[in-house]
Amino acid sequence: MNNDLLSQLIDKGILQLGVWETIYLTFIPAFFAYLFGIPLGILLSVTDKGGIHPIPWLNKIIGLIVNIFRSIPFVILMIAVLPVAKFVVGTALGNKAMIVTLIIAAVPYVARMVESSIKEVDSGVIEAAQAMGTSSFKIVFKVLIPEAKPSLLVGAVISLVTILGYSAMAGTIGGGGLGMIAINFGYQRFNDNVIWICVLLTVIIVQIIQEVGMLIARKTDKRISK
Amino acid sequence: MIELKELSKTYPNGVTALKDINITINNGEIFGIIGLSGAGKSTLIRCINFLEKPTSGKVIIDGQNLGELSKKELLKTRQNIGMIFQGFNLLSQRNVIKNICYPLEIAGVKKADAKKRAEELLELVGLTDKAKAYPSQLSGGQKQRVAIARALAAKTSYLLCDEATSALDPDTTSSILELMRKINKTLGVTIVVITHEMKVIDKICDRVAVLDQSTVAEIGNVRDVFAAPKSAIAKKLVLPEAKAVDEITGGKKIRIVFNGENSFKPVIANLVLECGIPVNILHADTKDIDGKAYGQILLGLPDDEKSAERIRAYLNANEISFTEI
Repeated sequence: MNNDLLSQLIDKGILQLGVWETIYLTFIPAFFAYLFGIPLGILLSVTDKGGIHPIPWLNKIIGLIVNIFRSIPFVILMIAVLPVAKFVVGTALGNKAMIVTLIIAAVPYVARMVESSIKEVDSGVIEAAQAMGTSSFKIVFKVLIPEAKPSLLVGAVISLVTILGYSAMAGTIGGGGLGMIAINFGYQRFNDNVIWICVLLTVIIVQIIQEVGMLIARKTDKRISK
Repeated sequence: MIELKELSKTYPNGVTALKDINITINNGEIFGIIGLSGAGKSTLIRCINFLEKPTSGKVIIDGQNLGELSKKELLKTRQNIGMIFQGFNLLSQRNVIKNICYPLEIAGVKKADAKKRAEELLELVGLTDKAKAYPSQLSGGQKQRVAIARALAAKTSYLLCDEATSALDPDTTSSILELMRKINKTLGVTIVVITHEMKVIDKICDRVAVLDQSTVAEIGNVRDVFAAPKSAIAKKLVLPEAKAVDEITGGKKIRIVFNGENSFKPVIANLVLECGIPVNILHADTKDIDGKAYGQILLGLPDDEKSAERIRAYLNANEISFTEI
C-alpha cells in the first residue's frame, strides 16, 4: 500500500517534477536575489564607517531595512508578502508567486553575505588602488568584486542551500517541489517512505550544489598556488 | 619637487601624528625618513599623496597644492606618484602582467599599449619569466619587484616606499634597494623612503629626515647625520648607547666617531704605536652596516696634558673626527 503511492508518484512523474521544481525554485530566486543583493551588499560595505566611501545615514537606513526583513522567520514572511506576490505576478498561488516571496526573503540575506565577502578584501590592496588614483566607483569593479570573488562564490553556495530550505517551506502554502510532496503525500497520508525519499533527494541536491560550488570557488581562487 | 609646509595631522580621536613638518624633497634625489615606530612616518608618507588629509599645512607637488585640487584632479595627480608597501598589496586575483597593467587601465591607456609598457617594466625589474604567475606563486622579493613595476607603470615621477623592505630578508632587501637605486639613476624617479632601518638609509638615501614624536628632529645629508648626529633621537638611532656613554665620569675623554669611511684602518692601534701612549678604551660601540662601520669609541685621555695634546694632534693630522667630553 505504502509502496504503491511511491510508485504512483514516480509513474505519474510527480516526484521527478518535484525535483525539477525544487531546483528551479532555488536557482531562479537565487539569481534575482543576487541581482538585487549584490548592489545592496556592496552599498552596505562601501558606505560603512571603514568603507571606501562612508555615508553613515544611508548605511544605517539600508542596514535597518535589511535587519527587519532578516529578523522575520520565513514561514511568517512568506505569508506576509503574498499580497506583494499577487501585485507583481497577478497571483498569490503557485510557483510564480513563490518565486516572488523567495526573492523578497533572500535579498536581505544575500546582501549581508555579499557585504561580509567585500569586507574581507585586504585593506592594503584597496589603499594601493587609491594610491594609484582609482576612483571609489572603479575600486568597486576593479578591486572589491574581483578580489572578493572566491568568497562571493562560497557565499553563493551557502545562500543557495538556504533558499532551497525556504523553497521547501513554501510547499506548505502552494509552492511546488519536494517540500510540497513530502507534506501532501508523505505527512498528510502517513506515508513515511515518501517523506524519506524526499529527504534523500533533497540531501543529494544540496550535496551537488555544495560540491560543485566549492569546486568552482577553489578552482577560480588565484590565492591557492597550484 | 615635493614641498611639505607646516604639515600637521591630528586624528579624530585626538592623537597627533604629525606636528609642523617642513621638508622639501628635490627632484631626482632619494630622500629617507627614519624614526622609531609611532613617530609618524606612515602618516607622513600618506600625507604626501593625500591618502591621509593633513589637518593643517600644505603639500605642494610640482607647484600644485594638493589641498586645493578637486577630487578628480587629485586622482590624476596620484597617478603620477607611485607607492609601494611593506605588505606588497598586489591584486591577488590578477597575474603579474595584469597587476602591472592596473594603473594603466585606470589612466585609460589602450590595452595593447598597456601590455607593451608592462612588459618593458617586467624586464626592468627582471621578472620577464613570471608574467603569467599569480602573486601567491611569488616570493616576497619578487612580489615587491612586481609592486615596483606596477608603481612605475604609468611613467610616474615619484615613488613613495612605505617600509618596502621591512618584510624581506637581508639579501632580498639589498637587491630591492639596488633596484630602487637603479630606477632613480636611470629613470630619474624621485624616491621617498620610509623606514626604521639605518641600513636602508645608508645604502640608498641622499638626504634623511629623522622623525621623533611627530616632529622632524633632524634633517640633512645622510653622511653628516651619520657622522655627527645632533638630535637625541638621531644619536639613539646611529649610536644606540650614546646616552650611557655620556654618563661615564672621571677624567678627560674623547669620542671618536666612525662615519663609515675610516673604520677599516686600525685607528686605535696606530694611535698607540705612533704616539707611544697607552690609551684606555672606556666604551666602544661600532656596528657594521653593509661593510662600513658606524659608531663610536670613547677613549680616556692620559692625565698629563702633553700626552693628551699629542693624541689630539695625531687625530687631527689623520683627519679622524673626534669630540672632547
